[in-house]
Amino acid sequence: MEAFSLLLHGFAVLMTWKILGLMMVGLVLGIFVGVLPGLGGPNGVAILLPLTFTMDPTSAIVMLSCIYWGALFGGAITSILFNIPGEAWSVATTFDGYPMAQQGKAAEALTAAFTSSFIGSLVAVLLITFLAPMISSFALKFGPPEFFAVYLLTFCSFVGLGREAKHKTVISMALGLLIAGIGMDTVSGQLRMTFGSSELLRGINFLVAVIGLFGISEILLTMEERLALRGHAASISLRVVLNVWKDLPKYWVTLLRSSFIGCWLGITPGGAIAASFMGYNLAKRFSKNPESFGKGRIEGVFAPETAAHASGTAALLPMLALGIPGSGTAAILLGGLMVWGLNPGPLLFVEHKDFVWGLIASMYLGNVVGLVLVLTTVPVFASILRVPFAAVAPMIVVSCAIGAYAIQNAMFDIWLMLGFGVVGYVFKKIGIPLAPFTLALVLGNRAEDAFRLSMIGSGGNMKVFWSNGLVGSITTLAIILLFWPVIDRAFGVAGRLFRPSRPSPAER
Amino acid sequence: MAQPDLEIVVDDPTAPEADSPAVVGTHAVEIAVSLLLLALALTLGYDNWRTGIAWDSTGPEPGYFPFYLSVILGGASLYGLVVTWLKRREPSETFVTRAQLRRVMAVFVPTLLFCLAMQFLGLYVASFLLIAGFMRLVGRIAWWKSLLTAFLFTAIMFVTFDIAFDVIMPKGPLEAAFGF
Repeated sequence: MEAFSLLLHGFAVLMTWKILGLMMVGLVLGIFVGVLPGLGGPNGVAILLPLTFTMDPTSAIVMLSCIYWGALFGGAITSILFNIPGEAWSVATTFDGYPMAQQGKAAEALTAAFTSSFIGSLVAVLLITFLAPMISSFALKFGPPEFFAVYLLTFCSFVGLGREAKHKTVISMALGLLIAGIGMDTVSGQLRMTFGSSELLRGINFLVAVIGLFGISEILLTMEERLALRGHAASISLRVVLNVWKDLPKYWVTLLRSSFIGCWLGITPGGAIAASFMGYNLAKRFSKNPESFGKGRIEGVFAPETAAHASGTAALLPMLALGIPGSGTAAILLGGLMVWGLNPGPLLFVEHKDFVWGLIASMYLGNVVGLVLVLTTVPVFASILRVPFAAVAPMIVVSCAIGAYAIQNAMFDIWLMLGFGVVGYVFKKIGIPLAPFTLALVLGNRAEDAFRLSMIGSGGNMKVFWSNGLVGSITTLAIILLFWPVIDRAFGVAGRLFRPSRPSPAER
Repeated sequence: MAQPDLEIVVDDPTAPEADSPAVVGTHAVEIAVSLLLLALALTLGYDNWRTGIAWDSTGPEPGYFPFYLSVILGGASLYGLVVTWLKRREPSETFVTRAQLRRVMAVFVPTLLFCLAMQFLGLYVASFLLIAGFMRLVGRIAWWKSLLTAFLFTAIMFVTFDIAFDVIMPKGPLEAAFGF
């Protein structure tokens, strides 16, 4: 068990007061971020990233990933107590969580949410522990064509499998890739798309864009809503916790199913939001008593929360193993790796063992500590919502500005942040997805370099992407995924032609 | 303070009215965005074409990759434009109502002023002004609460970033007077 001894080594790396302290700080900040409207996982991580610039990479990633776990936990609090999902991935939790709170079972619902979050993450972390080293050692054999094929696969699966209108995903992705290309070209040293501006020489920093797109635009969107709220305050007693835990084995099928869905959608770019809905819907469909869902059934809390957390955690797997983020937040963490001077990709497992295994160990520890922390401090965090948004909003704006300025010490970046804030606001309202944009922005240069290196290697022959079985199958899979909606429809039509009389299960 | 079954109630006195008239529909915004993106794609495409989109002895020229991306962006925007144009007669969803726009502007304009003020006053003084002003004027929170919150938050930020973590922020005349 090589992974096991490396994991123990990871725990040894973590066991310093400094890192444990940062972990607590990260978790508390994360729960804050998750509870507050107008702040979410990705922007919380993006805004707080500058704090870590002067830290060593291991401390930095531990703190940032703990912010992420905290945000995942925090989203559930407002969903259950206030019927306001703090995060998009906790929308499904409100379906049964809030009715439970109304029936006076808020403590049970919260315990169920936190516990299932914990279980979901645990399954995903186990998967990362054993699968990530294998994938990365496999990926060490990759050359530029293989890498480009994997990037292509990521981009194509966003277009093919995303739920948004296809052309909007394409717009978002192409724009992200173009913006990533602004500035000095890494291969030839020539300037591109700068139009003579010396500010654009540096290129547009990924983190500045993310802070604007997620932080500023989220504030604008939140202000549109009516911000009044009424909710239940709840504190959790040990007795309630034990009661819920005693019943856990009854729901093992739901928990396991949701964990699998979450892991799968986390690795592929489906994301935590899709995972939570799918977990909920499947739990409902397989239930003996589907009508009782939506009326305060504890399974309806278990299912989405497990899936959301499993997915949020599993999204880090491709980031660690291949340098390809599975979610927006993972993309920001990846941006962080570059700031700290690490080169994301399969070599991480070879060159920075302390970092990688420290991070994986911190996922175990962070989730245990996080679970205890949220179970004991729910009333405190619930009362944060008493703070009026008029006080929270300017503070978030200031934090965004600090974050954006700190990255390159450039005043120009403040204006860029503001610009991206407006773009994010408009894009969100007309349904142009931001996740592909983020992903394209962070992967753009690497994808282009991989493409150009493969072209140089092959003398400009596109056949290089089908030159061996491995790269050929990845490229082919990418193209299939790109046209998946068309293929799916074609099969549907063909199926109906051959079996015209039998109604499909969906129509029954 | 946190007893079980105690309800937490927060009011929003300046909430946008639900029946406020729409300023603009999503179709119009989508068309405008598509046109802007199309213009952007043309500009970037032209710039990259000038940089060089062909092949030289070392492989593709620098403009090659972004040029084809501009083509993709232009194509997708054009598609979006046509699709929305064809749907223009159908009733469009509301992009933003007048009351919503007022609230969005209530936060956007101060943010814009904050960015401007930062150039001259430095980040911390600008932050103080933004938080205190916003809480008082938009949130209608008592003056002393607004000033105190703004001061505390700005001070904590200063200590955290400039002193503890050595992340240097832009400064203005006030910090200079104190020797920072």
